[in-house]
Amino acid sequence: MTQTALASTSHAGQLKEGLPGIVADWSSDQRAFKNVPWGKAMMWIFLLSDTFIFGSFLISYMTVRMSTQTPWPNPSEVFALVIGGQSIPLILIAIMTFVLISSSGTMVLAVNYGYRKDRKMTVIFLILTAMLGATFVGMQAFEWSKLIFEEGVRPWGNPMGAAQFGASFFMITGFHGTHVSIGVIFLIIVAIKVGRGDLDHQRPGFMTGRRGTYEIVETMGLYWHFVDLVWVFIFAVFYLW
Amino acid sequence: MAHAEGHAHTAGHSHAAPEKHHVEGQQHPLGVYFKIWGLLFVLSAASYAVDYFHVQGYLRWGLILVFMMLKAGLIVAVFMHMMWERLAMVYAILVPPLLLLVFVAIGAFEADYTFLTRGTFFGPPAQAAPAAPKHK
Repeated sequence: MTQTALASTSHAGQLKEGLPGIVADWSSDQRAFKNVPWGKAMMWIFLLSDTFIFGSFLISYMTVRMSTQTPWPNPSEVFALVIGGQSIPLILIAIMTFVLISSSGTMVLAVNYGYRKDRKMTVIFLILTAMLGATFVGMQAFEWSKLIFEEGVRPWGNPMGAAQFGASFFMITGFHGTHVSIGVIFLIIVAIKVGRGDLDHQRPGFMTGRRGTYEIVETMGLYWHFVDLVWVFIFAVFYLW
Repeated sequence: MAHAEGHAHTAGHSHAAPEKHHVEGQQHPLGVYFKIWGLLFVLSAASYAVDYFHVQGYLRWGLILVFMMLKAGLIVAVFMHMMWERLAMVYAILVPPLLLLVFVAIGAFEADYTFLTRGTFFGPPAQAAPAAPKHK
């Protein structure tokens, strides 16, 4: 540990070879990302890979939508709801968008109160975020069942237009909804950890020997904001286009 | 600057116990978040208004994309704290997704070609419309 990263690279003779060398190199305490906790950097790298997954989905959606000769169903009409005898375009999706943005706001407050070591407020806002997330998933379930049972949309076809609409819709929103659901579960886990004081007392988690710190709230927050971020793109290019 | 690298400390904490990770926290005044939160609401309402008032054509696509990028930028920069991170991390995370633009271009070329061949093999879209040809 006394040996600095710089010294170990300049003295090539001291480096280990073979399998122990791999272990030594990967655990040599060299940091590319200063000032960020290890878990946060790893979460960012995971989110980067997730960006490519959702990017691929949205690009394949673009490709099928551009190449079909049958007109694409108008999302404004498909996702309209009749409220009080009036058909309001895209209203459910708009509400879902506001719910998710609200949850992003409560998440950021949870992170902030976490760093202040305000245990009670952190738990309150984490639970609030989880509830908004669950609301979002619930509305999505409503949207899906309406499309499947009332409008007859299937992954291989639908009565409104281009057959590729269903496949794109279920794939993209389904994957996003899965992310939200997983996020809700982890929000509840983090809320429990904060609530019973695991982070204040630096108890390690169930899968790691690392001590619990309030940084995990921010790492959780990164994931949650990413889910919101993806929805921004889905909302724009799938629902509004 | 109140929000410089987590030195903004709530009063009442004992400075005697040195917290190892204290410098690494992202601590910013709540006002910043509330402003951005409000802005995100306004931008979402604006993009919904684009659909509600049936704006069409290039204006529609332009507005949608502008609102989308503004919202995405605000979320990443402020909510995810990117604007307070070091450049090594910012570039490592934000530059690779630009590759997706290459994929978008490739996808667009491919789609145009598919559209063209479909037009050739299944007849012009105008005639094909009533028959609703099955693709594939």
